[in-house]
Amino acid sequence: MNIHEYQAKDIFRRYGIPVPPGDVATTPDEAERIARAYGTGVVVKAQVHAGGRGKAGGVKLAKTPADARAAAQQIIGMQIKGLTVPKVLVTPAADIASEAYAGVIVDRGSKRAVFMVSPAGGIEIEEVAATMPDKIMRLAVDPRYGLLPFEATRLGFFLYKNARLARDASKILRQLWQAFTGSGGSLAEINPLAVTTGGDLLALDAKMVIDDNELDRRPDIAALRDETAENPSELAARRANLTFIKLDGNVGCVVNGAGLAMATMDLVKYYGGEPANFLDIGGSSNPEKVINALKIITRDPNVKAILFNIFGGITRTDDVANGIVAATRDAPLNVPMVIRLTGTNEEIAVQILQEHGFSAMTDMDEAVQKAVRLATGGKAA
Amino acid sequence: MSIFIDRNTKLVVQGITGRDGSFHAKQMLEYGFHAKQMLEYGTCVVAGVTPGKGGQTFENSVPVFDTVADAVAATGANTSVIYVPPPFAADAMMEAADSGISLIVCITEGVPVLDMTRVYPYVQDRKARLIGPNCPGLITPGMSKVGIIPGRICTPGHVGVVSRSGTLTYEVVYQLTRAGIGQSTCVGIGGDPINGTSFIDCLQAFEADPDTRAVAMMGEIGGTDEQQAAEFVRAHMSKPVVGFIAGQTAPPGRRMGHAGAIISGSAGTAAEKLEAFKSAGMGVAQRPVDFVPLLKERL
Repeated sequence: MNIHEYQAKDIFRRYGIPVPPGDVATTPDEAERIARAYGTGVVVKAQVHAGGRGKAGGVKLAKTPADARAAAQQIIGMQIKGLTVPKVLVTPAADIASEAYAGVIVDRGSKRAVFMVSPAGGIEIEEVAATMPDKIMRLAVDPRYGLLPFEATRLGFFLYKNARLARDASKILRQLWQAFTGSGGSLAEINPLAVTTGGDLLALDAKMVIDDNELDRRPDIAALRDETAENPSELAARRANLTFIKLDGNVGCVVNGAGLAMATMDLVKYYGGEPANFLDIGGSSNPEKVINALKIITRDPNVKAILFNIFGGITRTDDVANGIVAATRDAPLNVPMVIRLTGTNEEIAVQILQEHGFSAMTDMDEAVQKAVRLATGGKAA
Repeated sequence: MSIFIDRNTKLVVQGITGRDGSFHAKQMLEYGFHAKQMLEYGTCVVAGVTPGKGGQTFENSVPVFDTVADAVAATGANTSVIYVPPPFAADAMMEAADSGISLIVCITEGVPVLDMTRVYPYVQDRKARLIGPNCPGLITPGMSKVGIIPGRICTPGHVGVVSRSGTLTYEVVYQLTRAGIGQSTCVGIGGDPINGTSFIDCLQAFEADPDTRAVAMMGEIGGTDEQQAAEFVRAHMSKPVVGFIAGQTAPPGRRMGHAGAIISGSAGTAAEKLEAFKSAGMGVAQRPVDFVPLLKERL
């Protein structure tokens, strides 16, 4: 789960990391009011779950409250990478002497949490890794001991030659480790970690990604989810316990299992079509899931054909068939549908479908080709 | 022959009974259905474990114990399969390792990744092998089944199968079986970013297994496990390997169902993995159905 910058800063603040003050505005009026209360120049920053906010025009410096209002006017509601910006963070502008990077991420290779620090901050760490690899220090944390003080010191002195700054940085890194593990993070990042002209360290930007698998045991973190910042159809899918990702094609896909769902999308492309979505109805069979899946897919006007690809293991194909029958009884489809199912209770499923005027296929490739043909009006495959 | 499981597998099922009146009870009952399927397939299920249900009997034949240690002491179980809900899965894996179980298969999906950073070294220190979590388990057709891979889609033979996915594995195995290509062992290693057994571990075991003559490998986007596996194939394998990558049409930065299936920045794409397969001299299946001719010509 992504959380906003202002939410990550709230978490950092709780763990003692120095962050600048800031308030959230959902209207230009509020932004102006906040800027006036600070009485200084402010930065107005889009709060949206997408990278590259600055380049997209989602971060603006405002010298006066009127400027802040104008900036908020422009930013709130703008689209960044397909997502609408629901709110802005208004924060006093700081005078910066230098910018560094500090982050911790779960690393698949070492199977550990790994710290990365770099004196080259303010740009993406991937870019630093590609162009100045010697400017990054990595440190894998032994989960038995956590980040040890001497390790934090080593990282701190890699960032700063000045002993006071190095010690302050090592303290921030230890606090960052606590914030990361205490919130169930899969990533926590300070970029930039700034030295102000006054000589103090300040986390000017904050980013955290929470492991979805942590949310059940951390209700306080789960409550940070901002549904106004999500794609509406993905939100509806999540509420129905489906994994759904919208894409730009015209073949709507309903599949059980993530690997098979990806392979089905790839096969649609292979046969000359474009998938409209990734959708995994999951392992447990429940007709309700099929009904919700069809609702979400048919909401997309680009969808010209629907493809079911179900391989019954835990999923019972007769449950899927019952779901298809129930869903189309409630809301008849206005696009053609191709159903491929095989596996657990296949015979019963085929019988249910046939009794209701549907036909079912058993071969994945044939079904995908047919769906692509129907979606493109016979032009492809 | 086979890898990891065979006739000597003595299985304990962690989470074999349900808990009263809760969502978790329902989940466990669903899993009980799979344990029942395993009995029919001939896997030697010697024990079940549910704390507080010790002394009961599952399906009138399997004794239930309160702890894995009790189950091991009484039955000599050497393999465990875990169906407990995510908040308890890390503890269940560590309990199995500490009780002397040598092969631990965790089916549970949704284990927090920070838990896995602790589980992995714990299991390693106790010399146990962990498969999963978030995996369908493994099957040696006609002999032994640990997990949820449907037995009837498999047939005994000489192709080793290893995959990060569940249903995609079923799809490929089903197509192999229909084409008369049997399997030595099929292993689902799971779709999480940190798992116990890697592609390389399985390739190494298949290379050493006299009954395996070729390997089918199904990877997906995210991470570098497949690239490292390709390098292992080039350097250490005499047996042919055919590979497939799911997620060629997946957008970057989005988690495609599996917690581990995500392209980070420009790393972990299907294209880079397929390229690694090609340069390692592996067969590359563009579609699941391509495994059939590619394996036929290599067997």
